[in-house]
Amino acid sequence: MNLQLLVVLIVGLPLVGALVNGLIPLFYAPARQWKTLIGAVGSLVVMVPFALALYLFSQGTGGLPDVAALYTWMAVGDFSVSVAYRVDELSLIMTLIVTGVGGLIHVYATGYMADDRSFWKFFAYLNLFIFMMLNLVLANNLLLLFLGWEGVGLCSWLLIGFWYDKRKNSAAASKAFIVNRVGDFAFLLAMFIVVRDVGSLDFDAVLAGTAGMSAEAVTMVVLLLFIGATGKSAQIPLFIWLPDAMAGPTPVSALIHAATMVTSGLYLLARMSPMVLMAPDIMVLIAIIGAVTALVAATIALTRSDIKQVLAYSTVSQLGFMFMAAGVGAFFVAIFHVLTHAFFKACLFLGSGSVIHGMHHVEHELRHRGYDGAFDSQDMRLMGGLREFMPVTRWTYLLSTLAIAGIPLTAGFFSKDEILFKAFEYGYDGQLYAWLAWAIGLGTALLTAFYMTRSYMLTFEGSGRWPMPDQVHPHESPRSMTLPLIVLAGLAMVGGFIGLPKVAEKLGFSNWIHGYLAGHAGHAGPVAEPELHAHVPVGLEIALILAGSLIAIGGVVWAWRFYGRYELGGDELVQGRFGRLYRWWKVGYGFNELYDRTVVRPVISSAEKLFAPFDQRIVDGLVNAVARVMQAFGWLFARLQTGVVQNYALAIVLGVVLVMLLLVF
Amino acid sequence: MMEIPLSWYLSLSGVLFSIGVMGVLFRSNLIVILMSVELMLNAVNLTLVAFSQYLGDVSGQILVIFVMSVAAAEAAIGLALVIAIFRNKLTVDINNINLFKH
Repeated sequence: MNLQLLVVLIVGLPLVGALVNGLIPLFYAPARQWKTLIGAVGSLVVMVPFALALYLFSQGTGGLPDVAALYTWMAVGDFSVSVAYRVDELSLIMTLIVTGVGGLIHVYATGYMADDRSFWKFFAYLNLFIFMMLNLVLANNLLLLFLGWEGVGLCSWLLIGFWYDKRKNSAAASKAFIVNRVGDFAFLLAMFIVVRDVGSLDFDAVLAGTAGMSAEAVTMVVLLLFIGATGKSAQIPLFIWLPDAMAGPTPVSALIHAATMVTSGLYLLARMSPMVLMAPDIMVLIAIIGAVTALVAATIALTRSDIKQVLAYSTVSQLGFMFMAAGVGAFFVAIFHVLTHAFFKACLFLGSGSVIHGMHHVEHELRHRGYDGAFDSQDMRLMGGLREFMPVTRWTYLLSTLAIAGIPLTAGFFSKDEILFKAFEYGYDGQLYAWLAWAIGLGTALLTAFYMTRSYMLTFEGSGRWPMPDQVHPHESPRSMTLPLIVLAGLAMVGGFIGLPKVAEKLGFSNWIHGYLAGHAGHAGPVAEPELHAHVPVGLEIALILAGSLIAIGGVVWAWRFYGRYELGGDELVQGRFGRLYRWWKVGYGFNELYDRTVVRPVISSAEKLFAPFDQRIVDGLVNAVARVMQAFGWLFARLQTGVVQNYALAIVLGVVLVMLLLVF
Repeated sequence: MMEIPLSWYLSLSGVLFSIGVMGVLFRSNLIVILMSVELMLNAVNLTLVAFSQYLGDVSGQILVIFVMSVAAAEAAIGLALVIAIFRNKLTVDINNINLFKH
């Protein structure tokens, strides 16, 4: 099949879905109740592109990126930007993640959102998001990528604030949008520099033109792109929006705030990887920021009692791991972790959604029986013992927890271990900062295993802690919700085998994803790699893998026994052990407070004290003054309009006399 | 008999035309204004006839016939309007006929 047509279908179908699901119910109200149809259309327009992407994937790319140029978007002088899509190994992998995991989440959402009155709107937004995300990953130039980048930001805003009748939710949506704007601004500046120095935004031209740029300019561009990525991918200092973004419906958290959108910063860095490698100073920054973010978010996750908050901080932490990989030049591992993370984190989020669904049922029953106390269906302190009532959810959640903890042979093990190994290897090669990142990463891996097992134990093990646990209990979620969970949990188990560690080469296995992304069979892949001079001995590598496995298993077993024994009391023990440090974690290191003090409040007070008067007095005053001058002239000229015809006739005669005089003299 | 020079005709015509203009501009009675317009037309007629005779070209005199017939029509319509206005406002003073201004 013709590539152009395939690409148009892959990118266009979700847009068609968004328009159909959005416009028909908008103008024809009875269609809003056709939920089966809307759900089917919404899911199909994501699954068909997935099938097409699989077809493209099975064809192979033959080494060269295939570019499908649709039309020229804008042309100004020598500078022109096309709407062109690029199919290569990197964009195909991302497309498969977006449409594959996205499709499963759409199916899940048909069950999760079944009772929502704005069902149609939800699917319209979700489809629009997929369209924008595909634009982001398939774009052949920075500007089209930026269009997708802004588009997913918009959809994120729409979906976080989906239940906008609660003020908290729309505030969270605006926070996400505004914080992202800071990053987007840096992205724009990076593009300006690229246009100035290279004169084109096409990836091929930009990466080829990097050689002609000054070192300072390259460093600046990479720094600005990284700042853009910290916004979208929730890294320090701009990560604060992601935990708040959990105000959106759970499928949104799974799709946008775990599996796809937040990984676009990594995608950007991987896409620009040859350029990033030319800015070693910024790579240090990327690795350190990534490692510190991973640690910071992991410690905060330890203190959260809202199940989705734990997962949100866990996402920030895992994204930190990915940036760490990018910072040590292992871009393909970052993308590998994007892939495995999409599996297990989407599964965890959807599992938490299933739990919340079940706890909603509990709340409903309790209200029915006259219970009128406070009840939060996301609070793990009110859960416990759900394994009896929600077996599928429990097993899938457990498997994904093991995967994210990095238990050997699960998907998370391979990708996380590869990140740590690459960091170690880069340090071994002489880049000592990588060892610092590696050490932080190792500690974070332990914390990850611990806090994720904690969330599993508090939710599913022990006994029910909600009011009246003997009379009221939750039910397993419908098939449409459990099926995606099973598929994702299965992928979280086996998905890692595409990226075997280097020692496996001794046994005759190769690291498939490395070859696929970084070049194989004699051609270079889209993702660049640094050249290493020293190689880690095999014995040391095996020792590292063993250490990583031990840390993961140790963390899980420790948390399992700890929270198995103390249940909720475990948190108090941890709090007692860490004291002030724990309080510091609890308030999220005070980032929100800091921004509130240094940015939000100064902006608001300066607006009130300085800009509002300026606007009212000076800007409005200027406008009013212009109006008054106009009025004065109007008044003056109105005097001439006497309404007496003879006066006008006199003017005509005087005019004739004047003309005659001019003619004669 | 002494030939009357062309300039005399033109001077008379100019004087008549100016009287007409002044009448239109400064009189306030509608009927007088109409008569002043007639005066201007006739001043022009006089010029046409004078030139016609001076140049020995008859077309000027033909044009005068046209002007007179148009002037007759104009006078008829003008007087009809004046009567219509008078019936409405009971005056022919143009200072009181100022509907446009409001």
